[in-house]
Amino acid sequence: MKKTTLLTGLLAGSAMLISQGALAASCGEIVIGSAISLTGKYATNGVHAQKGYEYAITKIRENGGVKVGGKCYNFKVIYYDDESKGDRGATLAERLISQDKVQYMLGPYSSGLTKAIAPITEKYQIPMVEAEGASRSLFNKGYKYLFAVLSTSEQYLASAVSLAAEKAKEQGKSPSSVKVAIAVENDPFSLDIRAGVSEDAAKFGMKVVVDEKLPRDLSDMSAILTKVKLLKPDLLIVSGHSKGAATAVRQIKEQNIKVPMIAITHCEAADVTGKFGDAANDFLCSTQWSETLAYKDSLFGTAAEYEIGFKNAYPEYKAKKVPYQTAQATAAVYVYKDAFERANSLDKEKVRDALTKTDMQTFYGGIKFSKAGNNIAKPMVLRQIQNGEYNVVAPSAFASHKLNWPRN
Amino acid sequence: MDQVLSNLSLLLEFPIVNLKIILDGIMIGALFALAAYGLALVWGVMNVKNLAQGDFVIAGGYVSWWLVQHGFPALLGVPAAFIVMWGIGWVAYKLVISRVIERDLFTSLLATFGLAIMLAQIMNLLFGSDTQSVDLGYKTLYFFDGIVNIPIAKLIGVLMAAALATGVIIFMKTSRMGQAIRATAQDARAARVMGIDTEKVYAFTFSLNSAICGAAGAIIVMVWVIQPFYGISYAIRAFVIVTAAGLGNLPGVIAAGLGIGVFEQYGAHIFGISYQQAIAVLLLLLVLIFRLIQQRRNRQVLK
Amino acid sequence: MAKKKIILYALILAFTFIAPFAFPNFGTQLATLWLMIIVALTWDMTGGQMGYNSLGNIFFYGTGMYVAALISIGRVYDIGDYTSAAGGGIYEFTDVQYFSGVFLGVLGAGVFCSISAVIIGYVTFGLRGPYFAIGTLGVAIAAGELVSNWDWVGGGQGISLPGYPGDPDTGKVFFYFLFAAVGVSVFVFVKWLYETRFGAAINAIRDDEEKAEAMGIHTLRYKLITWSMAAFFVGMAGGISAFQLLHFEPLETAYQTIFLGIFMVVCVLLGGKGTLWGPVIGAILFHLFKEVTWNYFLGWQWVALGALIVVTVVYFQDGVMGWLVHKRPEWFGIQVEDKIAGETE
Repeated sequence: MKKTTLLTGLLAGSAMLISQGALAASCGEIVIGSAISLTGKYATNGVHAQKGYEYAITKIRENGGVKVGGKCYNFKVIYYDDESKGDRGATLAERLISQDKVQYMLGPYSSGLTKAIAPITEKYQIPMVEAEGASRSLFNKGYKYLFAVLSTSEQYLASAVSLAAEKAKEQGKSPSSVKVAIAVENDPFSLDIRAGVSEDAAKFGMKVVVDEKLPRDLSDMSAILTKVKLLKPDLLIVSGHSKGAATAVRQIKEQNIKVPMIAITHCEAADVTGKFGDAANDFLCSTQWSETLAYKDSLFGTAAEYEIGFKNAYPEYKAKKVPYQTAQATAAVYVYKDAFERANSLDKEKVRDALTKTDMQTFYGGIKFSKAGNNIAKPMVLRQIQNGEYNVVAPSAFASHKLNWPRN
Repeated sequence: MDQVLSNLSLLLEFPIVNLKIILDGIMIGALFALAAYGLALVWGVMNVKNLAQGDFVIAGGYVSWWLVQHGFPALLGVPAAFIVMWGIGWVAYKLVISRVIERDLFTSLLATFGLAIMLAQIMNLLFGSDTQSVDLGYKTLYFFDGIVNIPIAKLIGVLMAAALATGVIIFMKTSRMGQAIRATAQDARAARVMGIDTEKVYAFTFSLNSAICGAAGAIIVMVWVIQPFYGISYAIRAFVIVTAAGLGNLPGVIAAGLGIGVFEQYGAHIFGISYQQAIAVLLLLLVLIFRLIQQRRNRQVLK
Repeated sequence: MAKKKIILYALILAFTFIAPFAFPNFGTQLATLWLMIIVALTWDMTGGQMGYNSLGNIFFYGTGMYVAALISIGRVYDIGDYTSAAGGGIYEFTDVQYFSGVFLGVLGAGVFCSISAVIIGYVTFGLRGPYFAIGTLGVAIAAGELVSNWDWVGGGQGISLPGYPGDPDTGKVFFYFLFAAVGVSVFVFVKWLYETRFGAAINAIRDDEEKAEAMGIHTLRYKLITWSMAAFFVGMAGGISAFQLLHFEPLETAYQTIFLGIFMVVCVLLGGKGTLWGPVIGAILFHLFKEVTWNYFLGWQWVALGALIVVTVVYFQDGVMGWLVHKRPEWFGIQVEDKIAGETE
């Protein structure tokens, strides 16, 4: 088994090299810039996103490149490491645009970095398709060159709140009796998660009993967990990218916290099942994309095929889930290909206009941008880790498994 | 505001939480006290205000972490960090500190700040910017329905800190070098006249400080986490403690260290952990203002 | 002699005007150079001339950013909605709203900061020597931490501001001249100030505060006024930066204690503390050093910077000006004697 995969991997690799050599000669190049977190606190996900970009580029190259005006082009991305710092990201965006003269940008990782970079691309009227900035605060500044393929943050855990309400009803209690505890990172993404959860909780009349921010390094939330232990909430929400997820799972186990329902973000990206095993069971994880969903397109195939293809290209992902951060990064590049071909031009204004008219089905889901630039054609799903497997439990249209409740 | 009130009411509703907070505070405070004692030493003996104090702590932590990564037992990290940081402290003394002793006070502050930036960045380049820790694999003891929990690793850490502090005190009281250090602190000129090689005393004191910090860091990495840029928060706390306790007052330093540990834990509980750093800094300002008012009162008496 | 000086100043002024057009690709770097000059000159007002080494001047920079941003946003929209992580409506600014926002914001930032300097100074100026430095550093750190927990102003996510309406290259020039205008004003102002009785008084405070007080100088008043003037300019510079950067967050951009907060001190020490031209020369040298290391020694830039601080402080504390006066007194010729005569007056 292992040998054959190795062999196919090698074959695929050499085939890739050959096709690369053959096609590169005849195709032109479209240069895209991206500042991405390769070091610093967002490095895990920055790398996930970068691999997603690269996979899409290879795949597009293998399939004949981007066709513009009868010629073929391949994408090439100039990356800089933004060290997970906003001011650094902004400087690098400036450098990409004015010194490297890039005409198109791919987004950085995290809402915070996107917030720092979007004003710069907007200033120079450089289109940026981003895949990793979900905070709604990005889409209310009237940006005309910002396009996001992912769903906005408030949708991440909305189904968790309604699930909690449902469960309360099943128990013969009013949803307003549900107590919610929230612990989030102090950054645009997680603050928007918090805003979304508070709005939803208020709708049901639920009481938020703990509402705290994680410390800046996200490495210790035991003080918050002590309060959780005392106040016994029915729903615990934690959001802090990969680091926050890992800390939550580890310390919830260490401190022996019993809450009927715990919902967090970034489970797959942090590989909580691989790192913590059983301790991660019954956590609810929000996800932008799941390989079990029935999306597909002509380039990457179905969602499941995308996962297999990606694992073959990057064997280090063999043993874990391909995180949605990677899938949406791939989708962002795909959106560019589509826009270039529809614009049939390399002029950035024409490409930008084509981007606004994007309406496509992909392995990642539907992509259609609102006037503000966020994707309005794709729902979020909620998965639960059940015996080490990620199973979709909400919303009901996509659910493949029943919710395990209460959590041990 | 509601949050603050409900957090306060938690303290009354579940009095046992107070015990947990106090225990946590004492455990972290013990390590603050170590770093602060080192600072009081160099401040008192050679009048150097070392802002790189916290980075020495973190560097010690990395020494221990590196050893564990290479298969050495974790407890060996503490003496190893002590020795390695002794060497680094000595180099720092010879290159930088020895030249700022006689200069005005701001000079030492700024020079050590430069040193702090360098150290932090070198650690970042060597070890990456992720948080690191050493897991001793010991159990955690739970009391009172799991609300109070004491990891055995923390207990060991505190005991080691206490042992180190005791060792240093005995050394200062009984050894020849300890006497020389105390003599130099009292009056460097007189000490020189009496035949004490103050240059040697300075170098020794600074290295000792660095080594104490390093050992504290090696304990911290077993119990909490370290990260290249955490130095400043330990430096701030060391300054708060020394400013509050005064120089040459070891029991005062220990008491202030434990005090600030407990105070911070209460602050974090009441206002939220995200205020922890702010609370430490505000405490520093309060101590400074308090000292100021004290001085003013003294002045009025003199009039 | 005077003629030569006038020609020198005219040349510098002419260069100031031509620079952004002569080096259009370096517009942002040139603007940042002016920022460095402003913060260095104002730091020297208290640090060099009055002997109070503040590590907290960055507080005014960060506060200036926030005040300017809040004024320009608050005049048009509700601030809590604008900064909310949850988004909401779409916020756009007309040209009139933008430019009046920049103008009022920057001015308001200056005024607010000079008032806050009086309030903070009232407490911190009781502290002497290194305690003043630590105390002011504490104020800056605490402010950053508190602001990052204040959701109404965006908390940890910071604030995004509207961009310059129109061509980005014109925008670069616009911000360059805003910084240059403040920079030239600061220079002219301190040049005048140091020659007045006021300048002599703050020098007296530096040389011996007890004696100055004994001679009837109301030291606290002088200290507060000086710091408040410095804060006015730093606040304005912060306000301009906010509009130039477009997005800022509390800990790494606004209250960046260990970056700009220390850079300004290093600039002054590098150039020569307590001199008129020292901070300017220091800022230029430092800015060059920083741009070079940031571009060519990426990764090691902080190590290089730390080393620069240590070397400057330990081995080269009189700075370029001090070194020049010492090594080449003939270059200064009569000027040196003039200065000495002026000081002993």
